[in-house]
Amino acid sequence: MSFINYSSREINCKIVYYGPGLCGKTTNLQFIYKRMSPEARGKMISLATESERTLFFDFLPLSLGEIRGFKTRFHLYTVPGQVFYDASRRLILRGVDGVVFCADSQLTRVDANEESMENLRVNLREQGYDPDRIPMVIQYNKRDLPNVASLAELHALLNRRNVPEFEASATTGVGVFETLKAVIKLVLIDLKRGGRQ
Amino acid sequence: MSQGNFILREPEYEALLSILRRLLMDASAKVAFLVDKNGTLLASAGDAVGFDTTSLASLAAGNIAATGGLANLIGEKEFSILFHEGERDNMHLSVVAERLILVIVFDRRSSVGLVRLRVRQATARLTEVVAAALAAGDADPGGIEELTEADIESLFK
Repeated sequence: MSFINYSSREINCKIVYYGPGLCGKTTNLQFIYKRMSPEARGKMISLATESERTLFFDFLPLSLGEIRGFKTRFHLYTVPGQVFYDASRRLILRGVDGVVFCADSQLTRVDANEESMENLRVNLREQGYDPDRIPMVIQYNKRDLPNVASLAELHALLNRRNVPEFEASATTGVGVFETLKAVIKLVLIDLKRGGRQ
Repeated sequence: MSQGNFILREPEYEALLSILRRLLMDASAKVAFLVDKNGTLLASAGDAVGFDTTSLASLAAGNIAATGGLANLIGEKEFSILFHEGERDNMHLSVVAERLILVIVFDRRSSVGLVRLRVRQATARLTEVVAAALAAGDADPGGIEELTEADIESLFK
């Protein structure tokens, strides 16, 4: 649910990075934070455990410039990926406008990806969204590691909707901005349609 | 709640602002913020210069969401009021019209009792304005009609 403030001429949209634990959601945001100019980004907040695992969420606000006289602001959130933080994930999905599903390409994480995608669909439904219609992109992260599943396998397992998908290596930044750009486009196209009513 | 856009137009925005300013004076508070439950700042009154309002809005929403989750666990719908006491400044958060959060920052010049009383009074007025904003949004669901692919592409140049 985007928030449009005609008074201050602002459009605010919420994008959530979802995926299994340690797939690189926080790393995506950290790379975006590092590479965006200070004028375009706000402070990055990480509510993490002492071992730097996401406890509740990471948050990074971006201002990307104006469209038709409206300032565009995107609030990027990550969810905690570990299975037992499901209650927190549901809360963070509230009011989401677009989802980046971040998959871990390693063969050992195939099941975790599938479980997380199913969990995303359940939680979206619970928040009143149609998981087949919400703006979404998929990022296959960690492509630089050995023992990764093939793209065809990952596509077959995770991308039944055939949404835009990207290979990435978030630690080096490969694919990070391509993913972000794609989800922002989908969110704005959805906004143009006046939401998902 | 999760479908459609929330659109705030000039008259409703001005009305919200005026209620916040009045509340600030009546409660002898330092700053008042109105945030939506998704973490976006709608309006603020008082000296917000020293505050990172974007972070504040996001964390206030997270705070209300998390305590709402706790409330559900014990069979409550939500905890509609939260109070955080600091050494110098205190924060009072309350849910307005089920979808917004009113955040008040105050120091020893005020008290939690006074803030709570004034918040209760302001909440009724805020609720009316929010209802008007939602009704206006239903009449005209908004969206940015004239947005083109070229407009969207221009953001990334």
